[in-house]
Amino acid sequence: MSDQPASSTMVSITLNVNGVDYPVAVDQGRNLLSVIRTEVGLTGTKEGCDDCECGACMVLLDGQPVNSCSYLAAQAQGKAITTVEGLMDGQEMHPLQRNILEDGGVQCGFCTPGMLVSACALLERNPSPTEEEVRIGLSGNLCRCTGYAKIVTAVQRTAQELHP
Amino acid sequence: MSFVIATTLDEALAALSAGARPVAGGSDLVVGARHGKAPLPADLVAIDRLDDLKCVEITDAGACIGALVNHHTIETHPVLSTVYAALADGSALVGSPSTRNVGTIGGNVMNASPAMDTGAPLVVLGAEVELQSVRGSRRVSVAELWTAPGRTSASSDELCVAVHIPAPTARTNSAYLRLEYRRAMEIAVVGAAASVTLADDGSVAGVRVALTAVAPTIIEVTGLGAGSIADVAAAAANAAAEQARPISDVRASDRYRRHTVGVMASRAVLAAARRASGESIAIPVNRALGIGAAS
Repeated sequence: MSDQPASSTMVSITLNVNGVDYPVAVDQGRNLLSVIRTEVGLTGTKEGCDDCECGACMVLLDGQPVNSCSYLAAQAQGKAITTVEGLMDGQEMHPLQRNILEDGGVQCGFCTPGMLVSACALLERNPSPTEEEVRIGLSGNLCRCTGYAKIVTAVQRTAQELHP
Repeated sequence: MSFVIATTLDEALAALSAGARPVAGGSDLVVGARHGKAPLPADLVAIDRLDDLKCVEITDAGACIGALVNHHTIETHPVLSTVYAALADGSALVGSPSTRNVGTIGGNVMNASPAMDTGAPLVVLGAEVELQSVRGSRRVSVAELWTAPGRTSASSDELCVAVHIPAPTARTNSAYLRLEYRRAMEIAVVGAAASVTLADDGSVAGVRVALTAVAPTIIEVTGLGAGSIADVAAAAANAAAEQARPISDVRASDRYRRHTVGVMASRAVLAAARRASGESIAIPVNRALGIGAAS
């Protein structure tokens, strides 16, 4: 193995983000988050801790939540990537987005994209979660503003709306 | 310098033989590289598409867990979460839902952290790791595998392909719990796993206890024997505190770790004994019994 930094190895890949193919050339060590924000140009996904702790960078990879700050972009080729922008249905907000706004689950908004993506994955896996299950489902997402209660309410309300 | 996405095990083993390092979910590798712990290897082989390594096989002989099985699968697997409960307790405590989705048992085992939550469970369950290379395959016990923090006895061309756990004997079950300061994205301050076999009279006929984050590797407590459940739990607490070799760091002092690992060992024995008697305690024990961080 070489002692050189890996920063000079470029890989040509195609990333499928929210159903659209983006051909990009990236360093093999680049994380998925920075490629989504810079090359793909979708800035809804946030960089918080850049350490796999805070969940602001959460995206779905083949429907499963992944911290994109700590996932190699080159490994995501051939997988369906969903970012917070992909939750919209045209100009129509996803019920989770609408409810988190209505319930006051957004203050500074920095954690919101990651919260929405995690909540979306949770409801996909468990359409009628208990409050405890919602809290576990969102446990990888830190919020320093809201105190979580209103976010949890919004997710539970969405679950009831979608599966009355 | 290369990046290969392996589509077959042979392809992955050939890349390892040529000097590449494997990446599955990348959560240890990528975060470690950013912290300067170890630079990202120049040659990488992505193994996350090797579907053959994603199977859980349950037979009369025991459980064979493919190296790419993730923590979410383990914590929710109907057999692993009941018959091999300590392992499911450990997997359920790892990181967050996304970490448990990306993190694999093989990655966890080969990362060889003394604080790994699946480590103590695998020791008390008597697990072996199957290592494969272009030269052949071999099995080693997890105790032989871990040699120091972040170090294993595996050669650089060997890939962990599976974890094998023997079937437990009758009236045997296990539990793992840890001391934690928060409920998610936490690393064990200390932890303990126990496997308990009950005699017909309800006393403990056999016990194994292993400890997390109190030594350079996961360690097994020695010198424990049969007795009443209460006596064995007390003996486990004393032996754990005595045999621990903890460090002081930003998360806890050595004295605090030495004391609390005894408490964890005792509670692990009690929880394992309850499960061995047929009682169901939900995964993970930490949440079910309110151990660790409050909600």
